[in-house]
Amino acid sequence: MTVKAKVRTYVLENYLFTDDQSALNDDDSFMKLGIIDSTGILEIISYLEEELGIQVEDDEMTPENLDSIENIIAFVSRKSVVSST
Amino acid sequence: MKIVQQRLLHESLLNTAKYFPDKVAVIVQGKPFTYTELLDSSLRLANALRIRGLRRGDRVAIYLDNTWECVVSIYAVLIASGIFIIINPQTKSDKLGYILNDSDANLMLTDSSLSRNFVPVLNKSHAVRHLIYTGKELSESTKEELDPTINIETFNKIISESVSMTQVASVIALDMAGLVYTSGSTGDPKGVIHTHQSMMFALGSLIEYLRLSNEHRILCVLPLAFDYGLYQLFMTVQLGATLVLERSFTYPVQIFNRIEESSVTVFPGVPTVFSMMLAMHNRKPLHFPLVTRVTNTAAALPEEYIPKLKEIFPAALIYKMYGLTECKRVCYLEPELVSEKPNSVGKAIPGTEVFLLSEEGNPVPPGEMGILHVRGPHVMLGYWKDPEKTAYMLKDGPIPGERVLCTHDLFRMDSDGFLYFVGRTDDIIKTRGEKVSPLEVENVLYAVNGVKEAAVIGVPDEILGEAIYAYVSLDEESKPTKREIARACIENLENYMVPKEIIILPELPKTNTNKISKNELAKINTEKLDQNIA
Repeated sequence: MTVKAKVRTYVLENYLFTDDQSALNDDDSFMKLGIIDSTGILEIISYLEEELGIQVEDDEMTPENLDSIENIIAFVSRKSVVSST
Repeated sequence: MKIVQQRLLHESLLNTAKYFPDKVAVIVQGKPFTYTELLDSSLRLANALRIRGLRRGDRVAIYLDNTWECVVSIYAVLIASGIFIIINPQTKSDKLGYILNDSDANLMLTDSSLSRNFVPVLNKSHAVRHLIYTGKELSESTKEELDPTINIETFNKIISESVSMTQVASVIALDMAGLVYTSGSTGDPKGVIHTHQSMMFALGSLIEYLRLSNEHRILCVLPLAFDYGLYQLFMTVQLGATLVLERSFTYPVQIFNRIEESSVTVFPGVPTVFSMMLAMHNRKPLHFPLVTRVTNTAAALPEEYIPKLKEIFPAALIYKMYGLTECKRVCYLEPELVSEKPNSVGKAIPGTEVFLLSEEGNPVPPGEMGILHVRGPHVMLGYWKDPEKTAYMLKDGPIPGERVLCTHDLFRMDSDGFLYFVGRTDDIIKTRGEKVSPLEVENVLYAVNGVKEAAVIGVPDEILGEAIYAYVSLDEESKPTKREIARACIENLENYMVPKEIIILPELPKTNTNKISKNELAKINTEKLDQNIA
C-alpha cells in the first residue's frame, strides 16, 4: 500500500467510519468538514509517528502540514527526504 | 456629561462604535474588522431580517462556526429585536431538527458546508422560511432538494444589497435576548432563556471580577455556541476591547502564533486545552509574557497544573471559576488566592449570592456537603416551553416571585466561605469541558440495527476529564461491528459525544430490579485497568 493509501484508509476508518473512498477527497480540509478536532489531531500524529516512523515536532503541528490528505502526504514526503539524506 | 443608561445587549455595539469607530473589534483568523464595520454589517443584516419578516421575539437560528458572519449575525438578530440561538456547527441532523422544532425559529443563518446536516431537516415542516448562508454556492441539486417555499439567499448578497436599519426596533430589558441550548440528563437539549437584563448583568459582573478594560485583547478558541465563548465576544464589545477569534484549539501552534502576533492578553481555556499546552511545554517551553488573565471553567483545573501555567503565563492572574448555562457563571476564586485555596472555586460573582441546602432543604453547616443554590439577576427565566424541567431547576426564593436556581451540584463551603465542588447529583458526563447526556448517546446506540442493550458511562481520563465508554449487547440475528456503531455515533452526535471506547458484551449487568447497572459497568472497567497494572 502506498503511503497515501495507508493514510487515507486510516482517516476514513477512524474518523469517518467507512471504507468508501469517495467519502473523502485528497484536498478536503479536516477542520472545515469538522472531521477532526484537537484530540483527533494528536491521534493522527501518533499514527504518523508509529506507522511511518517520522517525528512530528510541536511547531510542525500546523494546518499546512496536517489539515488534509494532500497536506499530510506532502509533509511526510518532506520529512522522509530529510531523514534519508 | 450625559450618562447613557445601557439596558440592552446590542446597545454596547452602538455605543462602542460611536466612541471607538476605527478600533479593531474582532480579528477573525487573522483578519481584522473595526467596530464601524461590525456595526454597519449588523445594521444591514438586521434590516434584511426585518424585511424578511422578523418580528420582536422571533427566534433566529445561527448554525455557524466562529466566523465573522456569526459575529455579525448575533448582533443583527439583537438589533432587529429577535432572539438568537447559536447552534454548534458539530450538531448533526436529528438534534438540529429538534432545536429548530422546539424553538420555532423562522430564519436560519448557516454555511453551505453544513448542508448534509440541514437539508434533510429543513424540509420536515419547520417554521424556517428563510435560509441565509455563507460559503460555497449550494449546488442546483441541493437547492432542488429543499422545500421550494424556503427562501434561499447568500449572506454576502444580502449585506451588499441591504441598507442599514435606521430605527433600532424596540425591546425592553425584560425581553428575551437568547436561547442557549444545553444538554440535560433526559436526552433532549433544553433551551435556557436569557433576557437582555440577565445577560447584561452577568456581563457586568464578569468584567468587574476579571478586572478588564478596553485595552484587553481577548482570545476565543471556544465555540460561540457555548456561553463561555459567547461572552468573550459580549465582554469585548461592552468594553471596546478586541476579540481574537479562532475556530478551535486543534492546531495549537497556529493559536500560539496568533497570541503573539495579536498581543493577546486574556486566555480563556478549559482543562483539556491546558493539558495539551502543558504536554507541549514539557517538550519545549512555552512563554506568553503579555497574557495577564488566564481563566478556567467547565471542569476542575487540577492543582498540579498551576505551577506550570505560571511558567507559561508568568504575568497572568489565574482564575478558577464554576458556572452553568442556567445562570452563566456562579463563582470565581480571586486569583491572588489560587495557591492558598487550591481546590476551591471561590465565592459568588459580584452582585449574586449562593447557599448550600441539604436534600431536605435545610442549610448545611461549614464543611458539610450540600446542594448549591444561586440567587441573582443572572439566573435564567426558565427553559423554553418546558415547565416541568424549569420547575426542577428554579425554586421559590425568599422574596415573593423570586426564582432561585438549584444547580443540583454538590458543594462544600469552608469556614471562610470558600466553595469546593464535590460532584454532580445527575449522571451527566463532563468530557473536554463539555456536558454529555448519557441518554442522548444511548438513544443513538439503540437506533443502530442489532443493538439490544446500551449503557454509557463516564470513566476518569487524564486528558479528557472523563472519557465516554459505551457498553452494548447485540441481537442474535443482526450483529453490527464496532465500526458500524462508531459510525452511527459520529453521524448523529457532536465529536465530543462520540464514545472513546465501545465495548461489546454478551449481556449487560443488571441490578436487582432488572435495570442495567452502571455501577457494575464502572467496576468492570476498573477491574480491567487493575489487571493491566498487575
